[in-house]
Amino acid sequence: MRMKLFLPALALGFLAALPAAAQEKLTVYTYESFTSEWGPGPVVEKAFEAECGCDLEFVSVADGVALLNRLRLEGGSTKADIVLGLDTNLTHEAKQTGLFAPHGIDLGIIDIPGGFQDDTFVPFDYGYFAFVYDTQALDSPPQSLKDLVESDSDLKIAIQDPRTSTPGLGLLLWMKAVYGDQAADAWAKLQDKVLTVTPGWSESYGLFTNGEVPMVLSYTTSPAYHRIADGSERYKAAPFSEGHYLQIEVAGRTKKAADNALAARFLSFMTGPGFQDAIPERNWMFPAGKTSNPLNPVFQELVQPAKTLLFPPEEVAENRKAWVDEWLSVMSR
Amino acid sequence: MALRHEPVTAHRSQQGRVAAGALALAAIGILIGGAFAGLAVEAVQSWQGAIAAFDSYLLRAARFTLVQAGLSTLLSVIPAIFVARALARHPRFPGRGLILQLFAVPLALPGIVAALGVLALYGRAGLLAPPLSWITGETWQGIYGLSGILVAHVFFNMPLAARLFLAALEAVPADQWKLSAQLGMGPGAIFRLIEWPAIRAALPGVATLVFMICAISFTVVLTLGGGPRATTLEVAIYQALRFDFDPARAIALTLVQVILTAGIIIVLARLGASMTGDANLPTTSRRAVFPSSGETGLNAAVILLALAFVAGPMAATVIAGLVADLSRLAREPAVHAATATSLILAALAAFLCLLLSIALVAARRALEIARGSPSPGPLERLTDTGASLVLIVPPIVIGAGWFILLRRFGDVFVFAPLMVVTVNAVMAMPFAMRAIRPAYDAASARHEKLCLTLGITGLDRFRLVDWPGLKRPAATGFAFAMALSLGDLGVIALFGSDQVKTLPYLLLERMGSYRTADAAGLALFLGLFCLALMFFAAHWAREKPWR
Amino acid sequence: MALTSSKGAAVELASVAFAYPGGAPLRFDLAVGPSQIVALMGPSGSGKSTLLNLIAGFETPLSGRVMIGGEDVTRLPPYGRPVSMIFQENNLFGHLTVEQNVGLGRSPSLRLAAEDRVAVGEALARTELSGKEARLPHALSGGERQRVALARVLVRRQPVLLLDEPFASLGPALRDEMLDLLSELHREHAMTILMATHDPHDAERLAETLVFIENGSIAGAGGAGEFLSGQGSAAFDRYLGERKLRR
Repeated sequence: MRMKLFLPALALGFLAALPAAAQEKLTVYTYESFTSEWGPGPVVEKAFEAECGCDLEFVSVADGVALLNRLRLEGGSTKADIVLGLDTNLTHEAKQTGLFAPHGIDLGIIDIPGGFQDDTFVPFDYGYFAFVYDTQALDSPPQSLKDLVESDSDLKIAIQDPRTSTPGLGLLLWMKAVYGDQAADAWAKLQDKVLTVTPGWSESYGLFTNGEVPMVLSYTTSPAYHRIADGSERYKAAPFSEGHYLQIEVAGRTKKAADNALAARFLSFMTGPGFQDAIPERNWMFPAGKTSNPLNPVFQELVQPAKTLLFPPEEVAENRKAWVDEWLSVMSR
Repeated sequence: MALRHEPVTAHRSQQGRVAAGALALAAIGILIGGAFAGLAVEAVQSWQGAIAAFDSYLLRAARFTLVQAGLSTLLSVIPAIFVARALARHPRFPGRGLILQLFAVPLALPGIVAALGVLALYGRAGLLAPPLSWITGETWQGIYGLSGILVAHVFFNMPLAARLFLAALEAVPADQWKLSAQLGMGPGAIFRLIEWPAIRAALPGVATLVFMICAISFTVVLTLGGGPRATTLEVAIYQALRFDFDPARAIALTLVQVILTAGIIIVLARLGASMTGDANLPTTSRRAVFPSSGETGLNAAVILLALAFVAGPMAATVIAGLVADLSRLAREPAVHAATATSLILAALAAFLCLLLSIALVAARRALEIARGSPSPGPLERLTDTGASLVLIVPPIVIGAGWFILLRRFGDVFVFAPLMVVTVNAVMAMPFAMRAIRPAYDAASARHEKLCLTLGITGLDRFRLVDWPGLKRPAATGFAFAMALSLGDLGVIALFGSDQVKTLPYLLLERMGSYRTADAAGLALFLGLFCLALMFFAAHWAREKPWR
Repeated sequence: MALTSSKGAAVELASVAFAYPGGAPLRFDLAVGPSQIVALMGPSGSGKSTLLNLIAGFETPLSGRVMIGGEDVTRLPPYGRPVSMIFQENNLFGHLTVEQNVGLGRSPSLRLAAEDRVAVGEALARTELSGKEARLPHALSGGERQRVALARVLVRRQPVLLLDEPFASLGPALRDEMLDLLSELHREHAMTILMATHDPHDAERLAETLVFIENGSIAGAGGAGEFLSGQGSAAFDRYLGERKLRR
């Protein structure tokens, strides 16, 4: 009797030991700046590998949009167990690919303004879009989006194209959230303050730091980088009274990893300090979970939005094309 | 009586070259066809996108593409003619070699680096903003809009066109220069009778190349265009594939882009004139040019103006780069790895590019010799401008298409370096072909019959007869192809970049992580690599004169 | 190795028809006996070069046959025919030395065996180019360049030699020298020679037979002496003009 129990136990023990011996591997698709040497990737990899005794492999593509496309291109044959770095504007379309499995973990420790509920995606950080300005070039920045739109000063801003960039889409949604049906008119008024519309965030921000524009569409956390990394207080975000649009970055596991215990383990690890500690000063975003130490005081001094603006993912997915077309027709005039 | 440029009837020796060319064409066809096939596999599921693509948005994008590319071409090519002419008439102009090498650098710079360089001068906060404000009487708001696109495109392409025209002028037989000097032709007569015919022969090719480069320009158009008014087909294709993930629409838009460009090329081809009649006359570098002192002054002014225009944004790039912590950058393992990756991939791409280009050039010439009619046949046209149409197919389309195909056959990541090399090689081909073809055709006109009587064929012929004459232009072609590949980003975007993290990629990555100074430093490195490349190409070609 | 083994071969064009694209039709019937020397004369554009190109194989006839040594060579490529040819210019590869240029006549891949080198040396000696083996063509005079081409003809040892106005750019004395060298080589090797020329002097000094070509066909043939002294045809006399030889 004891023998009969022992044998299956031994077999189970072997089965459990086998993957460990072969170094069980978890493949995580993410975006580039996450895995770069100063990004959170290397720290996260070390921490998780120490905890799980497994091999964590990152595969990176340009950004969140490229991530989703990569997944669509690979379809069912994807190597990804985890996809990390989509934002809530993409999650609806991501779900519709049918490539994701429910995360099955408790989101209780997640702390995101306005709360977060989803059975497929787990948030890992968030940030607010904001206009960042150069204090040496601009004394009195606009106090609200309305201020900016209506202003007849010769203020110039650089923004990003919603057709090609995530923050660009963010501003589009921000305007829509504030102006609703009047968004087109608001864009028309904003147009002569827009010096240029760049394909991505990097180009705009490059123009901004080169002194070409005094104000650029970025994040409330951008000044934190300049204060902590450069020790400079030159760049500040302008608080807008209508509130700021929220971007939440999420991860999910693929159907391929639906039964992979390691994938589930990674997702819950992601919400804990081992992962979250790397977010503020490596991804320059707000952590979605608890960190082991309080954040650098600089983060407390950043703009605290009066109101959090966010459309549900379904609404974004449903209207994105129409809203972008509307933007196009106004801005092409 | 000189050896006439008579058609020599087809023989086996031609068949070998035609076969090599056909092989090269097939390789290109597979590259493009494969990409389309891959996308088509995805597109059949939602083919409606292809029909929906034909809307007013497409019409607007197509019109703007044609307008900006057409104007850019005009503004690049016309000044380039005068710059090339001035350089040709002053073979000993101080620093001429360096100027020519500098002229190749813009090609290797990623779009955003060039755009920032241009803006450092002509931008809202640019160096020239105060005088421009004074001239216009209002605060200078930068060159955003069509004018910005044009300035940046001229910065990219005028130097390229000038180099190509100069090559055409230097191929004019020495006797013609002597004759013009003896007959006492003035600069006007020389231009009309000697220089213009040579330039006119090169014009369609150069204009085509510039047009294509401008038509597919992406970052420059979006950043300097100032807004969605400046939407080109390339942007629409990118949008269709990236944000909307609509392969059917992407295919339709790509086809529109290819067809429109082909139409432009056909029109441009009519501007040209064949000028092969004197190809057999030996050319020497000693030219009998005796410009008057007044003309010398004018030429010097033209050269210096062009130099200032090209060197200005480059100087801005250098100054921005010097702010970076260069010694730290130079010691970073990530920079070393990216540099090695870039150089290896670019060298491989340039090698493959040279191979394909020589095969096509040789095949074109063999077909020209073999043809029984005065106008080229379809295969000959394909080996000529047809092949260069590849340039107009966006790398993101090729990348995405092959991604879909390759994932059926195994690990896509393994193919990534191969893809990067192949696509860069093919994209650089139109440049390399332009460098190689004149030399090959001239040598062929001189040696074709002799090779036939002596039975020198195949590889022997290449080794003994063709290669010695091709070494110099091939070195130029190689350097150009390598410079282009160094600056390219397109294909890598969709393939995971982990294995193929190149220097421009690293540059954009740093820019995307607030590290603007690092990015500027890397741009400086890229420019220096390109300059070094051009220097070695010129040096290597000079070392052993084959004549 | 002696250079005396080659022998002339008969050259025959039987009802050969040819036309360049868009050009007027040409038609040739010609028989040249082994080891004969024939001068081809006629106005520019009459078809002299075309006739040589057809024999050499640079052009393929629309119809008719080209026979060399009794064999039909109509479909053979130029390098498959027992023919050497010298052009007015561009007989040498500018980047190869004198020795290499001659060596190509032995091996088109320039892989020369010891006996090939001997043959090249002998041919260069015969054409009085010894000591100039390592020179590049641009360091030679016009006459020397054509002698290098002749040296290559010697090492190739083909029974037929075609010359397309080979000495047109040489001075009178040099020209005579080259014609004499050619005569000597003919005595030694007895190859069949066809030479296109405009100069009656060339024809007289070298050739036994003269073929007059006009408007793309052979308008007359006969002894060189007869033709040149005005006993050929009226058309030939018109072509010669004042240059008719007085005897």
